[in-house]
Amino acid sequence: MTKGSTPTVRTRRGSELLLILFALLVGMFAYANVGLAVNDSLPTNFYVLTVSMAVIAIVVHLIVRRFAPYADPLLIPIALFLNCIGLAMIYRIDLGSDTNLASKQLMWTAVGVAAACLVLFFIKDHRILRRYSYVSMIVGLLLAVSPLLPGIGHSMHGANIWIKLGPFSLQPAELSKIFLAIFFAAYLVDNRDRLAFGGPKFMGLHLPRMRDFGPIILVWIASLLILISQRDLGTSLLFFGLFVAMLYLATERTSWIVIGGLMFAAGVGLVVSKFAHVQQRFDGWLHAMDSDVYDRVGGSYQLVQGMFGMASGGLFGTGWGQGRPFVTFSYSDFIFPSLGEELGLVGLFAILTAYMLFVQRGFRIAISTRDGFGKLLAGGLAFVIAWQCFVVIGGVTRLIPLTGLTTPFLAYGGSSLLANWIIVGILLRISDNARRPVPLPLRGASTATPDESGPNLPVRRTSARAAVAAHSNASAKELDTAGHDWAVAQDAQHTQVVSREAIDFPTDVVRQLDAESAENQILDDSRDSSPLPPAITPDARRSAYPGQSSIIHTGAVPPPPLPDHNEEERP
Amino acid sequence: MNKPLRRLSVIVLLMFVALFASSTWISFVKAPELNADSRNTRTLYREFGTNRGALIVDGNEITTSVPIKSAFKYQREYSDGSLFAPVTGFYSIVYGRTGMEKAANEYLNGTSDSLWLNRLEHLITGADPQGSSVELTLNKKAQEAAYKALGDQRGAAVAIDPKTGAILALVSTPSFDPNLLAGHKSSEVISAYKELSGDPSKPLVNRAIAGDTYPPGSVFKLITAAAALEDGMSADDIIDAPRQYELPGTSTKLNNFGGSACSATGKQSLADALRVSCNTAFAILGNELGEAKIAEQAEAFGFGEALQIPLGVTASRFPTGQNDAAVALSAIGQQDVRVTPLQVAMISAAIANDGQLMEPYLIEKVRTPDLAVVSETKPDTLSNPISKSTADQLTEMMIGVVERGTGVAAQISGVEVAGKSGTAETGNNKSQHAWFTAFAPANDPEIAVAVIVENGGNAGSEATGGSVAAPIARAIIQAVLSK
Repeated sequence: MTKGSTPTVRTRRGSELLLILFALLVGMFAYANVGLAVNDSLPTNFYVLTVSMAVIAIVVHLIVRRFAPYADPLLIPIALFLNCIGLAMIYRIDLGSDTNLASKQLMWTAVGVAAACLVLFFIKDHRILRRYSYVSMIVGLLLAVSPLLPGIGHSMHGANIWIKLGPFSLQPAELSKIFLAIFFAAYLVDNRDRLAFGGPKFMGLHLPRMRDFGPIILVWIASLLILISQRDLGTSLLFFGLFVAMLYLATERTSWIVIGGLMFAAGVGLVVSKFAHVQQRFDGWLHAMDSDVYDRVGGSYQLVQGMFGMASGGLFGTGWGQGRPFVTFSYSDFIFPSLGEELGLVGLFAILTAYMLFVQRGFRIAISTRDGFGKLLAGGLAFVIAWQCFVVIGGVTRLIPLTGLTTPFLAYGGSSLLANWIIVGILLRISDNARRPVPLPLRGASTATPDESGPNLPVRRTSARAAVAAHSNASAKELDTAGHDWAVAQDAQHTQVVSREAIDFPTDVVRQLDAESAENQILDDSRDSSPLPPAITPDARRSAYPGQSSIIHTGAVPPPPLPDHNEEERP
Repeated sequence: MNKPLRRLSVIVLLMFVALFASSTWISFVKAPELNADSRNTRTLYREFGTNRGALIVDGNEITTSVPIKSAFKYQREYSDGSLFAPVTGFYSIVYGRTGMEKAANEYLNGTSDSLWLNRLEHLITGADPQGSSVELTLNKKAQEAAYKALGDQRGAAVAIDPKTGAILALVSTPSFDPNLLAGHKSSEVISAYKELSGDPSKPLVNRAIAGDTYPPGSVFKLITAAAALEDGMSADDIIDAPRQYELPGTSTKLNNFGGSACSATGKQSLADALRVSCNTAFAILGNELGEAKIAEQAEAFGFGEALQIPLGVTASRFPTGQNDAAVALSAIGQQDVRVTPLQVAMISAAIANDGQLMEPYLIEKVRTPDLAVVSETKPDTLSNPISKSTADQLTEMMIGVVERGTGVAAQISGVEVAGKSGTAETGNNKSQHAWFTAFAPANDPEIAVAVIVENGGNAGSEATGGSVAAPIARAIIQAVLSK
């Protein structure tokens, strides 16, 4: 790229496609291997299933190419990889126990991936979600308590975490976590300053002010109520962990993590001492190998059988189809031990690494995105996947008490697949926004023409066209061609926030302007993710700020989405 | 808020490190313990799912794994189950393994270290792992002869090739059918096992090597005689052989068998004393030699050593630190001397092999499924308990026993047999155990045997070693020599 032209950001869709093909290949081999090992022949529906999976993968890839070309290239391949491994394992267990879960799981995979595509299609900018913060809260809470509602609530295997809708049993907590993450992100981004205010200092920790304890106490009570009423530590742990993590992200106060941890421990301690069924879970964890705990109904039989499976797999596993992963729920809650048995510790490490990569990509997206809401949401969603892995896998490996959650992407379960693929969709959307190159030309780049920018970068051409339009003080209508960047601006609430922050932190704006030369440097160097918000490039700012007050008051011209806080990372 | 994001991602990283650690803890660190847990049926399934190697006698498979359609992919089958049970042992999903199934397990299931190349091959070719077959030293004819001759009597017989130590027969009666315990229905296996273990004749006990050890009675006189010869005596030396011997320090009078006199003069040669199995002569000899020399001689023959052949053998015992009266009784194989039939056969075998005792063994060769020999037992000397001249003199003395002494029932026409009978008091008002040990041909021994019939077998209180056990020994020798 010659000096003076707009910086190129590679879409990395090619890498994504390659990785998708790799994930498909791994899945295909795994699936073939299961059939060959168990029946000495390819699975009967081998071609149907592999072709379906390939179609699903290619469709989502094309959708991303069309609607989120700058999205993170690793999320889909990793999710697909885990999904394929899970499918192969579920099929393997089908063969051993005469069930037919694999085809249902395939269907749910299609539904989940379709949902991710719909997210990309309908949500052109994740900031739209901020508008629905209270709707999200209500939906999230309704979903969370729905298993307790008469009529649809459904108790299975000693936990009230299911609802039954027609022929489907759903675990609404899975979907609920997304809505709650959206609500937490919106709520915290509005209230973070207040919550971050320091109270008394105690043992090196800045404690929050007493009056700011309201929200965390509410969530705490809600979590404990879920624990007591649904007899499941998992859901309660999931929600509370998510909230505390996001609270920390928003406020940067380590004290919240400590307080949250203490509150939860105290709450669980209280519940354990009062409620026998929760106590049993703890007994099964602490004294899993005792024969009376092992033999007891609701004891540690399942956990210990899973451990036996992992132990018999050892380092390298028995190989697909060679083990005996037939403990109850070996295909869902206990899919991790099942995989440990047949793929060995080596296989488990590969799976854990895949999760770790996925989560780290999530955090990377959060770091590279510009708006606080997006940061909180991406960070929260990345964390919730990690947290769920930790709670489930930690449960089956006896790190923590066993709970009734599913392993994301791997485990059998429609609601789980649907929810986690939606998370993929949202993360893709946020990462696309974060990585999408500046729609406005840089200083000295105004001479750039579509021809110069090269024939094989159609997306950037669009941006360049929009940039030129913006530079020449085009009308808001023309600016719409720049895509989503203005969508949020139509949201009055957001406008208000921006204006408040612009007024509250004038020094921030000044500093931002001062940093422009350094930012330019970064833009030139960084091809992967632009740390600069699209609308605060020097040129744009220069044109926008003089008339800022009028923009804010009239709302006629969308204001530039300013960085919404003063601790944005700067070079 | 990038700082907390980075910190949170580090926390998440630590969470994953914890998961890596907990998985490793279960799949690797704790795996041996978890795999050994009796509640872990996988170990059983895996074990029973392997194509276990065969046990082979004289080129015929006596124990095989037959493919079946069930969760356990193979059924263990024993042909001539009862005949070979003391050697094969059983292989049960409920009660585990015994006998050779246990002792040679690593070969049979293919996990032995020496089979690593084989496992690598299976790993690469993807073939189901297959165990190695184990060829036994047993001679089926000898085994059958011993089993048939013992019949329904409680007893045991062991035959050894004295030149190598290879075990030719190892029989314990009554026996059991290992097929009854090899089934895959645990309820049936449990009821069969309960019946066998509750049987007062103890069919599950391997009397030949690991039962309750027996008092050897007069067969122990071979050791006392050996100690005397090693001490400088000769077979022709005249020793005291009174009608009665008052045990030192007591008023108890020791009689000869049936209260008879050993000789008219009250004196006889050492050879004659052995030939007629004179109790008083050997008791006096024992006191003259002293406890230490007899104990040393017994130890040199293998007493006190728990052999692995590779079946575990109970160590035979010659107690020390006793008073003279007890030493006198010990010298004739009573009091607290206890032996296994294998030990008695080893005494004969050492005498037969010019005083060199070969280490007894049951595994001839181990072959991989593609018939390559993985290991082959090389005969090894266990000890040299007596000199060649002592061995020669003892051989002559034992020939005398069979020709015109207490062991005439072991005579075989055309074959010179050397032997020694024993009739061991058992106390508590039960009939005596009948013993016989022998080897043949005396000039170039091919087989050494030991036979015990508990409490005289069918002959009951009338039984002597010469009348009940000697014919069984003869049958075994004949089976081996009649090629």
